[in-house]
Amino acid sequence: MEAGKLSKFLKNGAIWGFIVFELIFFSVAGQFLSLSDKAFMDVDNMLLLLKQSAPIGIIAMGMTIIMINGNIDLSVGAIFALSAVILLDSMTWTIFAGLGDWVIPVSWGLALLTGVVLGAINGLIVWKTGVDAFIVTLGSMLGFRGLVFMYNGENPTSNLNWTLVDFAEAQFLGLHTATWFLAVVTFVIWYVMTRTVHGRNAYAIGDNREAAVNAGIKVGPHMLINFMIIGFLAALSAVVFYSESGSVNPNDGQLYELWVITAVVLGGTKLTGGAGSILSTLGGVLAIQLLRKGLGHIGADTSTVNLVIGLILIAVLFLDRQLNTKGKEELKI
Amino acid sequence: MASMSKADIGRFLARQGILIAFAVFIIGFTLANERFLSPDNVMGVVRSSAILGVMALGVTFVVISGNLDLSVGSMMSFSTIVVLDLHDKIGPALAIPAMFAMTLCLGAFIGFLVGYLKLNSLIVTLGMLSAIHGLTLTYSGGQNMDIVDKEGTWFAVFGQGSALGIPVPILIFILLAALLGIILAKTPFGRKVYAVGGNGTAATFSGIKRARVVFLCYVMSAFCVAVAGLIQASRSMGSQNTVGQGLELDVLAAVILGGASLLGGSGTIFKTVIGVLILGFIQNGLLLIGLQFYVQYVVTWVIIILAVWLDIAAKRGKLWSNIA
Amino acid sequence: MTDQTPALRLEGIVKTFPGVRALDGVSLSVMPGEVHALMGENGAGKSTLMKVLGGIHQPDEGQIIVEEVPTVMTSPLQAKSKGIVFIHQELSLAEELSVAENIYLGELPRRSFGRVDWATLYARTDAILEKLKVGFNAKTIVGDLSIANQQMVEIARALTVEAKAVIFDEPTASLTDAEKVVLFDVISDLQSQGVGIIYISHRMEEIFKITDRISVLRDGSYRGTLETRNTNEEEVTQLMIGRALDLSRNASSHELGDVALEVRGLSCGNMFKDVSFEVRRGEVLGFYGLVGAGRTEIAETLFGLRDPNAGTILLDGEEVRISSPADAISKGISLVPEDRKGQGLVLGMNCRDNMTLPQVGDLSSGPFVAPGTETDIFDKYKEKLDIRTPGWKQTVGNLSGGNQQKIVIAKWLSMHPKVLIVDEPTRGIDVGSKSEIHNLIRELAAQGYAVIVVSSEMPEVLHVSDRIVAMFSGRVMRTFTSEEVTEESLIQAISGITATDKVA
Repeated sequence: MEAGKLSKFLKNGAIWGFIVFELIFFSVAGQFLSLSDKAFMDVDNMLLLLKQSAPIGIIAMGMTIIMINGNIDLSVGAIFALSAVILLDSMTWTIFAGLGDWVIPVSWGLALLTGVVLGAINGLIVWKTGVDAFIVTLGSMLGFRGLVFMYNGENPTSNLNWTLVDFAEAQFLGLHTATWFLAVVTFVIWYVMTRTVHGRNAYAIGDNREAAVNAGIKVGPHMLINFMIIGFLAALSAVVFYSESGSVNPNDGQLYELWVITAVVLGGTKLTGGAGSILSTLGGVLAIQLLRKGLGHIGADTSTVNLVIGLILIAVLFLDRQLNTKGKEELKI
Repeated sequence: MASMSKADIGRFLARQGILIAFAVFIIGFTLANERFLSPDNVMGVVRSSAILGVMALGVTFVVISGNLDLSVGSMMSFSTIVVLDLHDKIGPALAIPAMFAMTLCLGAFIGFLVGYLKLNSLIVTLGMLSAIHGLTLTYSGGQNMDIVDKEGTWFAVFGQGSALGIPVPILIFILLAALLGIILAKTPFGRKVYAVGGNGTAATFSGIKRARVVFLCYVMSAFCVAVAGLIQASRSMGSQNTVGQGLELDVLAAVILGGASLLGGSGTIFKTVIGVLILGFIQNGLLLIGLQFYVQYVVTWVIIILAVWLDIAAKRGKLWSNIA
Repeated sequence: MTDQTPALRLEGIVKTFPGVRALDGVSLSVMPGEVHALMGENGAGKSTLMKVLGGIHQPDEGQIIVEEVPTVMTSPLQAKSKGIVFIHQELSLAEELSVAENIYLGELPRRSFGRVDWATLYARTDAILEKLKVGFNAKTIVGDLSIANQQMVEIARALTVEAKAVIFDEPTASLTDAEKVVLFDVISDLQSQGVGIIYISHRMEEIFKITDRISVLRDGSYRGTLETRNTNEEEVTQLMIGRALDLSRNASSHELGDVALEVRGLSCGNMFKDVSFEVRRGEVLGFYGLVGAGRTEIAETLFGLRDPNAGTILLDGEEVRISSPADAISKGISLVPEDRKGQGLVLGMNCRDNMTLPQVGDLSSGPFVAPGTETDIFDKYKEKLDIRTPGWKQTVGNLSGGNQQKIVIAKWLSMHPKVLIVDEPTRGIDVGSKSEIHNLIRELAAQGYAVIVVSSEMPEVLHVSDRIVAMFSGRVMRTFTSEEVTEESLIQAISGITATDKVA
């Protein structure tokens, strides 16, 4: 029991410990190498880091639910891109011409609706056909991306709305708009997973599906709702990001699923479902962003970031397995 | 008995569904454009599918052993960049074996992690996708690689040459498919791959060294990636760092289309080749009737879902799932 | 009692599976406030009966009557809503969730907007836990509890509804004596509230302590009900064992050979300690004990699946270290595992390939497998063991349990091992195939194999063994020869009753 508690504490605290380690390491290494005249733990730098964490972070919250529920979603990058296209393009539709800046909430609504619908498609297929979520979303990752291209060919979709840019670049209590979105999403999803029947049932399904079914929990609708949530969040992430940038390439969002899953796994969510915490996922998101920025700070290029993140992901998997083996009780298979 | 035979017919249709769909596609495209089944076009399709196909052969071993490999795309970029770089530094005769050795090391590393350390293959290869991409960028310094003297080297033979009127990439694909097909179907190792993927515990209880089998599957996959990288490098004589990006998904799509189960234990090299050709012909057919390449994505999506769905529906004996 | 209406009544339940008549007209009735024991050997049909009662299987004939209302059960959940609650031996808990969430799984109390009403949840849970006098609270994470406490959570689930009948399936398998006392208190509480209880157990001592009546199943059919206070262990045992199967003692008439395997002071973690025995060529050595006594773990250690932390293993008088199954096989030790489908067979593979799997490398001609040789081996053992299958191409998953087991045995016989270990040789196998497999084991001994049979079925052990090792809680209590063993002495040995005078 004691040892169990200790390893649990280590696991829950590990990601925050890692973040502290990164902060110290990059500050010291940055000074020592004196590559940058600015301190790493500069306030502006940290605020920027939070803002840059938002697009991945918002989706990672959805992925945490999906993985706790025992599924996976590889199509988030494509949903992100398609929602962005709808967001930017719908603002130019002639039927909305008379709305002025009121087109903004309408377009946001349309983009978010797109995400929910795409998520619902994934969820319904997983539920009704019984095909594994990995294959279903692998397929829709291609399919949704195809829809992005079909919308506007290989051209970027651009529409810069200055009201929107002002909104996106605004700072409230020092935090950027995107950071606020991340904070609110984190809180809401945390609340859903810890305080609502849906959230608790999602844990139960991922933990012991047979027990959940026997207890009369309807697995299908819960999975559907979770896929709709992650679709919504992928769209929300696009809304937050593209309100500022105003231009989307059809290849945008590629490999997002990789970053998102890495963040969730770093945060300690169990691959087989049933366990995971929203706050630890936030830690995972921040840790990755810190790593990207930190490596840049000490003069490493993007290639090193990829290398390091890949290896860290594997190392976390290894440590997790070491902490969870039951030793003598288990067969040597 | 009547209902039995009806179920059997349903099962047959579901099992052969992918071939039937393929046949319908071929007939449709042929009616839409008579060039579709011309020898030139068919050859062109196979040729352009060769790189994907060679990689799919290796991944078939990994999938049958019950694992996944999402790192083949970035590993292929690595092989391509390395062999192009070394070509000008140490000459093609040394560059090729050096590149093979490096790629096999990567495969062995993954095989060690998944086989001996028993780590989840999805996450390991996802991590390796990123790590190898980083490795490639570090190696190349982010620069494109080009062979300087494109005329004065025999290196082009793998991607651009032809023998007996058949392009070399196709020959390599055919020979490798035959070789790996024989290994999988006719050797003790192949049998062990099926056993490990079908029931790893029972395989261990039968004295099979599961870790070693999984390890060798990844090494095999890396070997195929190295061959694909060689063809790619030789065909283009120059390359970006991201040449293989996203290919892992096309490869997996081809293997799944061929009917290999992601749970392991089923699939054949022949079926994977069919899967590769289906993807190739659909892409080509859509282009021939004037549709853009990306329509292929949507069509592939629908086909993958339908193929897997029909397969498991046939196994459970009903169309819709039992999920409440 | 007769003037009351039964809380639950089963009438003439018949259930057949392909090749097996699992239940053959079983009737049973439980009065309110009665503890009714259901006994029978493994495979007698108890678990099938419970699955019918829980709606997991639909009966082919017969009906389930709850308080005189014929009821069709469709799922365990629906059964629960009718007041029929199961407490399973295999725990079905979500380990990452709290005790309260597990007890009210699927029925969490709600507030507006789908929020969980934690106050109500914890209050209700605490009320139930108080009744059970357990040492944990509603917020404890189930995964942090001991197995015994997890069992208490399962029991707590039964108390959330107005139960009419509660079925306990081997509830004491993993409980300590102190925990058993609490459990029996809970049962008598339920009893006094007028709940009918079906109590499934192998442990005579408990049965005689707490039950009112005992019903016995054998080979899927009902063998009678006894008033507990008017019967004794012998009568129940006789009813359970019956004489349907030829289970006469069967000591070897042939000469025994040299010692093939000797084990001295073998220990492995908490699973077994200081185990010593030997087995000769031509001998069948039985291992008997309750679930968790360490029998299977010994077999797994001998097969290289576990590393012992003390002791020696001698094969033909030479000390060996066995590092893996591959190693064990090469040294001549084979294991027919207890979980046939999970450990013994690759179900999606055909019969022949399963049979030749361990030697597929040795049989090859050049680099290739030798299908001809493999088919010859298959044909030979198909004939020898009378394996009924259309042909070698048949997928193993489609065969009956008995034929599957024969394939696993043939897998090892074709490699002529020195020692053959068979763990639960007839689990889940129909009666006909059972005696075939028993005969086969005897025959193998006669041919000079050293055979170890691990079983939790006493008649089986008595029937096939020349000597029997009785185990209790990881230790060898006593080794019996077939002349001296009696059912009573064996039961005493495996219940640890002799433990006090032997160990001390």
